[in-house]
Amino acid sequence: MNPFQFTRVTTPKAAILAITKESGTYFLAGGTNLIDLMKREVIIPERLVDINKLPLATIEKIATGLRIGAMAKNSAVADHELVKKQFPLLAQALNAGASAQLRNMATVGGNMMQRTRCAYFYDTSMPCNKRSPVQAGPDKGQANGPVGCGAIGGINRMHAIFATEPTGERGAPPGSTDRSSKCIAVHPSDMCIALVALDATVNVSGPKGDRKIPFGDFHRLPGNTPQKDNTLLPGELIMSVDLPTNQFADHSHYLKVRDRASYAFALVSVGVGVTMTGTTIQDVRLAMGGVAHKPWRLTEAEEFLKGKPATEANFKQAATLAMKGAKGYGENDFKLTLAPNSIIDALKTATKTA
Amino acid sequence: MAEYEHDELESPDASRRVFLKQSSALAAWVLTPPAAVAAVDTGLHEKVALAVEQMPLQLTINGKAQQLSIEPRVTLLDLLREQLHLTGTKKGCDHGQCGACTVHVDGNRVNSCLTLALTTEGCSVTTIEGLAKGGEPGNSATAPLHPMQEAFIKHDGFQCGYCTPGQIMSAVACIREGHANTPEEIREYMSGNICRCGAYANIIDAIMDVKKGGAKV
Repeated sequence: MNPFQFTRVTTPKAAILAITKESGTYFLAGGTNLIDLMKREVIIPERLVDINKLPLATIEKIATGLRIGAMAKNSAVADHELVKKQFPLLAQALNAGASAQLRNMATVGGNMMQRTRCAYFYDTSMPCNKRSPVQAGPDKGQANGPVGCGAIGGINRMHAIFATEPTGERGAPPGSTDRSSKCIAVHPSDMCIALVALDATVNVSGPKGDRKIPFGDFHRLPGNTPQKDNTLLPGELIMSVDLPTNQFADHSHYLKVRDRASYAFALVSVGVGVTMTGTTIQDVRLAMGGVAHKPWRLTEAEEFLKGKPATEANFKQAATLAMKGAKGYGENDFKLTLAPNSIIDALKTATKTA
Repeated sequence: MAEYEHDELESPDASRRVFLKQSSALAAWVLTPPAAVAAVDTGLHEKVALAVEQMPLQLTINGKAQQLSIEPRVTLLDLLREQLHLTGTKKGCDHGQCGACTVHVDGNRVNSCLTLALTTEGCSVTTIEGLAKGGEPGNSATAPLHPMQEAFIKHDGFQCGYCTPGQIMSAVACIREGHANTPEEIREYMSGNICRCGAYANIIDAIMDVKKGGAKV
């Protein structure tokens, strides 16, 4: 690992000041992803600001629902009574991710900030548009490895099927003229699939004050700048995540399809929350993981299902709507079949019609 | 990390491990000055200063208070093994994928390979060496075994033994967390510990045995 300077802070204000002061500075929370990326020299920080002593680990009831501190450990959230009772989808998603050891280290904010596990991103001898320029050392400012996307035309079994082209459905940044794919990496988090489905809000604090980001707007599509995973502004610190009260607790399911039964990233995952009256779907939330550069909310499928009976025929139609615009890149073509089947399966389980 | 290994030159212990480290430490000592000189010549003296910067760290390891001085980039795993010679904790993948480095920090199992030692300031760390005594100081060679260690021997929960310290630390935590009620639950909550010899079935038997026996872990 390359050497770096280390600072410890105890207040959010000091943390924001420390990261704003000099470039090449990163916050260090659980470190389960950042330390790994530093060992592999994918990220070479000049400074780390240790935020583990910030008083941001509280999980508390608020007027609108539940507030989870950004420094709350993944295991603490998954085992919290209020989470298990009122937001079982979040507990299920958290427990589907990583290992017990890693969940004891990883924080909610850090989970949101984790990088893709695309093998080309991790291997600095391979082309990648997502790696940022080197931030410290004699090569500062230079590209960290060859540019391009190794996964397009390469080994892309784990990769995205939605919004990979800047002009693709829901993918066009304003004023874009370059229409070629820059990145087909997927967002790796399970937790974030539950949070986007449950309409969470992210509370951030920065040099220009506090603001709220709807969870669906927190992560971004690759467009022409795949180096940027999210919409945080320079110097901003995630303070907490708010979950609005919902009625999905009795009909929630997180389905994760992966290569082994535990401790593997998703090929495809589906988060579902439903409210039912008899056999009729009153309200529904649907999101998918392992298919896009960001947690992928299935709003069109949700709209279709509202007010309809919970039948396999309706689930199939919802899945067809959800798959509009999907595109395979060769090795990941199987996801074009696996994804709709997983949506149907997760809906059956959540509505107890399996 | 050559700078720690100079300490070992004072050690009266002449084991093979220490001999090997002494040799490499001497090699590093011989090599460092010209490298530093070259760095200063090329205007990189600040980087060299940065590279050898040491920071204070106070923590408790297996019940013993430690006052240390370490480089920021040292992981808890490397601190335990290279500076404190607690080599029971193993380095497997060094990337958080195998669980061989599992230790307890303030009672929670973590991957020490992905833990920067400086982030454990003020914490209490328990390694396999401190398990039998519940983290109390003492002679690990003469201490009785922890019930989980006994159960791993009884059930043949290992073959080569490299993953075993991590498996045992994880297994103890698994019971303490309340996630060892069925073989299925144990499989899920022990999935962060890989055993290349494939002793999984016996590891599960050992954990179930300790859990059913009701011994305090």
